[in-house]
Amino acid sequence: MKGFRYLKDVATLNLDQPTCIGCGRCLEVCPHQVFSLVGKQASIVDRDACMECGACALNCPVKAITVDCGVGCASGMINEWLQERKLGKLGGGNCCS
Amino acid sequence: METPAGRVARISSVLGPGDHLGACLARWGIGRMSYMVPAGLYALGNPAAADPILVTANYKMSYDSVRQALVGRNCWLLVLETYGINVWCAAGKGTFGTGELVNRITSSRLANIVSHRRVILPILGAPGVSAHEVARRSGFSVSYAAIRANDLPEYLDKGLTTTPAMQSLNFNFYDRLVLIPVELVLALKSIAVAGGGLFVSFAVTSGLGAGLTAFLGWLGACLAGIVVGPLLLPWLPGRSFAVKGAVAGLVWSVLFFLLVGGQAWGAGPTIAAFLALPAVSAFHTLNFTGCSPYTSRSGVKKEMRMAIPAMGGAVVVSLLVLLVGRFL
Repeated sequence: MKGFRYLKDVATLNLDQPTCIGCGRCLEVCPHQVFSLVGKQASIVDRDACMECGACALNCPVKAITVDCGVGCASGMINEWLQERKLGKLGGGNCCS
Repeated sequence: METPAGRVARISSVLGPGDHLGACLARWGIGRMSYMVPAGLYALGNPAAADPILVTANYKMSYDSVRQALVGRNCWLLVLETYGINVWCAAGKGTFGTGELVNRITSSRLANIVSHRRVILPILGAPGVSAHEVARRSGFSVSYAAIRANDLPEYLDKGLTTTPAMQSLNFNFYDRLVLIPVELVLALKSIAVAGGGLFVSFAVTSGLGAGLTAFLGWLGACLAGIVVGPLLLPWLPGRSFAVKGAVAGLVWSVLFFLLVGGQAWGAGPTIAAFLALPAVSAFHTLNFTGCSPYTSRSGVKKEMRMAIPAMGGAVVVSLLVLLVGRFL
């Protein structure tokens, strides 16, 4: 995405290339142009641009892609953490609940 | 209008003053959680069996942006039940998802209404929808069109082709600006409660003036984190949102110090202000990762592992410095 880069070397995106059938769905659904088709197979060309939305993994018909996706905002994650420990809920984290 | 599968409501592409007012209020958090339209199939213009089916969420702002983009065209609009949540957030939660899409295709009896077997989805709906699953369960193939509804006419005119521009995200100044009101409203309670506590503690121990000063410092730090950090996002240094927020907060600390005559404070309160205020701003800007379309969950986790202890530490140290200064 032009003008914006987030932290390096954190994205959990993984592509098992031998499984890939080259259908190109991951290229279609990725809003950050992380993938490219090289010959008849997809490859990850910009892993650091991945925002872990999970669209590629869900839309891969042969399950060649894995990524740890989920809520990405700080208060949402604090709430997840609190709820796992049954400690209640932080206010203000209901932006998209 | 009448269809082989019964009556389908016909809707207009033109937004009235009420639609604009509703959107404006929702941006400020007013009626936002119930800003929705009934899910189901709608007819835009006078669609025939061969016309395309576009899928959207039942958040009214999503639905409005799609129907407005399609002015003068004949299309079917299939609105999914996302409980008033936009496409992107609903896809993340799975309500804009495979199951709902398949059910809605079936319950609307789409197969009886159209002659083709294709539904057109927004790209940002893809995190919730598995295209091959939808095809397997409903017989309808999924085409991901564009990120923005505005690009739909071009997509349709080009014979359902997505150009690179339709597939790339923007997050310009205006895109960020419209997100800020609701962030302010959501933070209002915590700003008021903690700010009130701060005001009372300072007012009781050091007089009304000190209470007001402390409240002003707190308020400014919150605004630096909620308003200034997000607006100046690409220009603030670093990749970490917490660092960007801390920088905005540090600038506010300097302004605040000069504005209220901090030279007379002494060492303790000065150290406390310069530690705690940037930490407050950092927290709020870090929270804006939830609104940004390019931050990853793992990245936010990494930031939080470092930033939360640092912010907490800064606040604790500044409180200790103030307490020690008071009793020595």
